Amino acid sequence: MIRLLLTILALVLALPGAAQDGVPPAPYANVQLADPAQEAQAHALMLTLRCLKCQSQSIADSDAPMAGDMRSLVRERIAAGEDPEAIRAWLVERYGDYVSYQPRVTSLTWPLYAIPLLLLLGVAVVLRRRLRRGGDA
Amino acid sequence: MIAEFGLAALWLAAALAALQLIAGALALTPRGGTLGGIVRPVAMVQGVLVALSFAALVVLFAQTDLSVELVAKNSHSMKPLIYKISGTWGNHEGSMLLWVMIMGLSGCFVAAVERRLPELTMLATLAGQAFVSLGFYAFLLLSSNPFTRLPSPAIEGAGLNPLLQDPGLAFHPPPLYIGYVGLSVAFSFAIGALVTREVGPAFARAMRPWVLGAWIFLTLGITAGSYWAYYELGWGGWWFWDPVENASLMPWLAATALLHSVSVLAARNALRAWTVMLGVVAFSMSMVGTFLVRSGILTSVHAFAVDPERGSFILGLLALNIGGALVLFGLRAASVTEGERFSAASREGALVFNNVMLSAILGIVLVGTLYPLLAEALGAKVSVGPPYFNPVSAIFAVPMLMVLAVGPLLRWRRDSLARIRPLIAIPAVLLLGVLIWAGSQAVGLLPALGLALSAALGVASLLPLKGRKLRQVKLPVWGMVTAHFGIAVALLGMASDAAFTTERLVAVQPGDTVEVGPWQVQLQRIEPVAGPNWTALRGDLAVSYKGGAVAELHPAARTFWAPPNETNEAALKTRWNGQLYAVLGQETSGGRWQLRLWWKPFVPMIWYGGILIALGGLLALLGRLASDLKRLVARDKIAYRRSRQGR
Repeated sequence: MIRLLLTILALVLALPGAAQDGVPPAPYANVQLADPAQEAQAHALMLTLRCLKCQSQSIADSDAPMAGDMRSLVRERIAAGEDPEAIRAWLVERYGDYVSYQPRVTSLTWPLYAIPLLLLLGVAVVLRRRLRRGGDA
Repeated sequence: MIAEFGLAALWLAAALAALQLIAGALALTPRGGTLGGIVRPVAMVQGVLVALSFAALVVLFAQTDLSVELVAKNSHSMKPLIYKISGTWGNHEGSMLLWVMIMGLSGCFVAAVERRLPELTMLATLAGQAFVSLGFYAFLLLSSNPFTRLPSPAIEGAGLNPLLQDPGLAFHPPPLYIGYVGLSVAFSFAIGALVTREVGPAFARAMRPWVLGAWIFLTLGITAGSYWAYYELGWGGWWFWDPVENASLMPWLAATALLHSVSVLAARNALRAWTVMLGVVAFSMSMVGTFLVRSGILTSVHAFAVDPERGSFILGLLALNIGGALVLFGLRAASVTEGERFSAASREGALVFNNVMLSAILGIVLVGTLYPLLAEALGAKVSVGPPYFNPVSAIFAVPMLMVLAVGPLLRWRRDSLARIRPLIAIPAVLLLGVLIWAGSQAVGLLPALGLALSAALGVASLLPLKGRKLRQVKLPVWGMVTAHFGIAVALLGMASDAAFTTERLVAVQPGDTVEVGPWQVQLQRIEPVAGPNWTALRGDLAVSYKGGAVAELHPAARTFWAPPNETNEAALKTRWNGQLYAVLGQETSGGRWQLRLWWKPFVPMIWYGGILIALGGLLALLGRLASDLKRLVARDKIAYRRSRQGR
């Protein structure tokens, strides 16, 4: 509990200064968590978060200071026992959908998931037609 | 002088392309007369002229002629010569000139050597090639002139992005472009064959080497680009589902499907309409990629809207070419029948299955790449990345890879799975065994599937050679086996990287030792070093694998001064079973240095696999060319004898 409070305190203190250059990097920007399971969890999440200052890189793949700050934030929250999806939701609320490489299903993005299903259906129909026909010819 | 020469050659080439189009089109009409005779020579001269124009630009860059705007904006007199030369295509105008040059040279090449098709189909093909080229000539000359002079020469050039000053990146665009633009030949063949309604095995045999050639270059270009991203970006990632990467993957997927359907058409006279359609789609994907990369739309839809000239021009070309081809296809599809039939359990059946799967994956990549742009146009920013592309494309890729293991064992036209059951038992057992083992290692579903499929496919891809005398196996079969085995090898690298990579991020002092996987890494010292246009801090690392012999690694952080920029130079130690990847980060408090270390088991297999896939294509191409040549010689002999008898 104390650890959680300390972490949140650290976050509150760290965040306003985040993203600004010239400030020393956040504590967990380039330092791994001691627990390998937690680090693996954090790393998996970092791979799916977008570095907002780069072009098409995840925060796990970037030298940008802001990516370092976000890595630190993810590690600290994972260490505090937070669920990865809760951290994602928090970041999405703060930075918008753009920050997550895993699009949510919304009124705008549902076709992204509907199209593969339609493709699957289309594939089944095409294959049925093409492969049923022949044979006796 | 050289700039003016280049511009004049470009205008002349454009004019000849117009002549090629008009003469070719008129020759198809009943009143065309002898006009068709000039089409081939015009195509050849056009190719030579556009090549000269490109050569002029290369010379301007090599000499750093700062009176030319493009050189002043993108080069620097202090740059090493090879990066001066590669700077020619490291910018918008130069890369578009490279694009039209390859297009002109492909047309020239087709005009010079292709004699198998009926002459009218050839004329329609060359006219189609000229039509597409003309659009790109107009784009270059009207909105992207590379030869514009400055009112007064610049004192010094602005430089080239340091990330691009790397041999891997400098030289991966030309092969990629040869691949992209080489597909224009397939597109033109499809147009030509639609116009004259000559879609059949002869058409497929004529088209196949061009598709194979373009596909080999695309494969190599993508492989090289991926390796560049891997070692240059400094975080060990090798594929990011970045729109620029997707722009190269989409034509490759279409070309892979085309390559297989064209083989069905050549061997069995089936899949006629489908093959023509894929010919159109493959090059369309090249153009879509060019639009994405060259219009500036990727950085932001708004950037595109602010300066829409170039983007709109390419979009117009895209609509004209793709729309025109699709209309023609719609008009003629009814008269191009599907051809011979076959049963589901046959070679053709498996090829159709995988063609459809490849097309579906292409659809997913296209949707995932364009969707963020669409959403942004509607006022919302979303990202679509690996968590979407990986699982969604796997839905289609997993069944495709399973059919890929079985397909080459099936006979043409009609076969039964029961016949090959003893053969496929081995890979099937391997598949299950590895899947169970990987499941016990808790590596995640996709990596586990990747490892299992890689093992099964690795064995299955060699089975077509079973029971044959290896010396008598024909080259195209060797090619198929090599390429399919390459897919298994690449898959092993991808899955292994995802499943088994160990990462260590540490802050160390000189003298400290770190363990990463089976490696021990000691930082010995940090030294300053200088290069032609950069200075660097270099770390001297002593590394040893499981306490064995000590080797040296030198990761460095470089600072470039024109333009000012910093890059990380990763250092790699490759063993047969993987790669150690080391990056020197920044200095932290107390004389410590950030060190990023990864042990990536079997990761080089990704690129070895890519090379094997391309090699397979090359073997197939050589085999096809050799048999074409044999046929040609035989035909000439017969013609010669006939002419003597006639005398």
